[in-house]
Amino acid sequence: MEMHPKKRIDIVLEAPVLKRLTDLLDRLDVTGYTVLPVLGGKGHHGVWSREGLPSSAGAMVSVTVIAAEENLDAVLEPVFALVKRHIGIVTVSDVAVLRSDRF
Amino acid sequence: MSILDLAFQNIVSPMVLFFALGVAAALIRSDLSVPEAAAKLLALYLMLAIGFKGGAEVAKSGVDAAMALTIGAGILLSFSIPVIGYALLRLTTRLSGVDAAAVAGHYGSISIVTFVAATEALKSLGLAYEGYLIAVAAVMETPAIIAALLLARRGAPAEAGGESTSALLREVATNGSVVVLVGSFLIGWATGAEGMAMIAPFIVDPFRGILCLFLLDMGLVAGRGLRQGGRSLSPALIGFGIYFPLLSAALTGLMALGLGLSVGGTALLITLAASASYIAVPAAMRLALPEANPAIYLTLSLGVTFPFNLTLGIPLYAALAQRIAG
Repeated sequence: MEMHPKKRIDIVLEAPVLKRLTDLLDRLDVTGYTVLPVLGGKGHHGVWSREGLPSSAGAMVSVTVIAAEENLDAVLEPVFALVKRHIGIVTVSDVAVLRSDRF
Repeated sequence: MSILDLAFQNIVSPMVLFFALGVAAALIRSDLSVPEAAAKLLALYLMLAIGFKGGAEVAKSGVDAAMALTIGAGILLSFSIPVIGYALLRLTTRLSGVDAAAVAGHYGSISIVTFVAATEALKSLGLAYEGYLIAVAAVMETPAIIAALLLARRGAPAEAGGESTSALLREVATNGSVVVLVGSFLIGWATGAEGMAMIAPFIVDPFRGILCLFLLDMGLVAGRGLRQGGRSLSPALIGFGIYFPLLSAALTGLMALGLGLSVGGTALLITLAASASYIAVPAAMRLALPEANPAIYLTLSLGVTFPFNLTLGIPLYAALAQRIAG
């Protein structure tokens, strides 16, 4: 089956900033994104968990964006400018997709 | 009833004991937990119920000049308490400007759950209160956030960054807890006694039980925060988490002398000023002042000040109100 190379951007970000990130992605040249809840983990500030939290502060979310390689910098630069002051992780990886025209 | 009797009666209430159970479970590393979605639903229920009750109460008692005056006093308190708190934190602790501003913002804003617990304590003392105190609670959420932002910009402009104030204000004003509280208050006001009769089996009868469940969860989160974030708190900071609510309470007590509130109303206004936010403000601070350390402000507000207010603070504020308005 024919596969097409793309870039996958994963942004694990503190939950209060999610709306700002998705608003930004809506304005950028991306065809979509996926938001996933994150249960817990460990980072610079120690172990954390979203269990029982009544506030979005302290919880994290994960946002995945698939982009064409030529669009990568155009997406990554404004995204990084938004998230760099916040708690989070941004990674880029190579993926293959079946339907190239979707991304 | 003496202050000691009042404090004892408060400490052995099921609400406080469930909170203590939560803290103990977290400290012994029990796997007891409340799912995040359930915690949010419980908080939503409490805000809906207390908002509606306040609105229905205002429908019965009507609007008077004291209401406008008390709302004005609430806004003034919410804005000025962070300024005093910031100055004290900078003097007595080693917190950075941004951290001090973020902590001070939490103390200017309010904890609706502390308010709810205080209304329950007043009920057991047979003290009534003005329903519009709910509206006062709602207006006190936001000014403190703006004060914190201004303090951070003044104290550490480079760290505070170029946050757009108008964008932040929009996000804060449309914050879910403010919307449900104000919305339920207005619905309660519009539908009055008839509306109350219709939904009382949902918002009155199960209220205390649901408050217990929510406080169990708060105990778990507070205990977990203390276990993991306790190291971020210096003795001076822990001291601030206890003496500063008392200072805010004294300041509000003086202000309440001119407001003409009932004993119950005075106790609630004092409780609002003495409480520290741990739902709306932490989320706003993550947006406005991301450089501030959440382990400091969340642990101090939820792990130190909330338990203090829940156990000793509320009876003290009720006793202070009796001296002022009794």
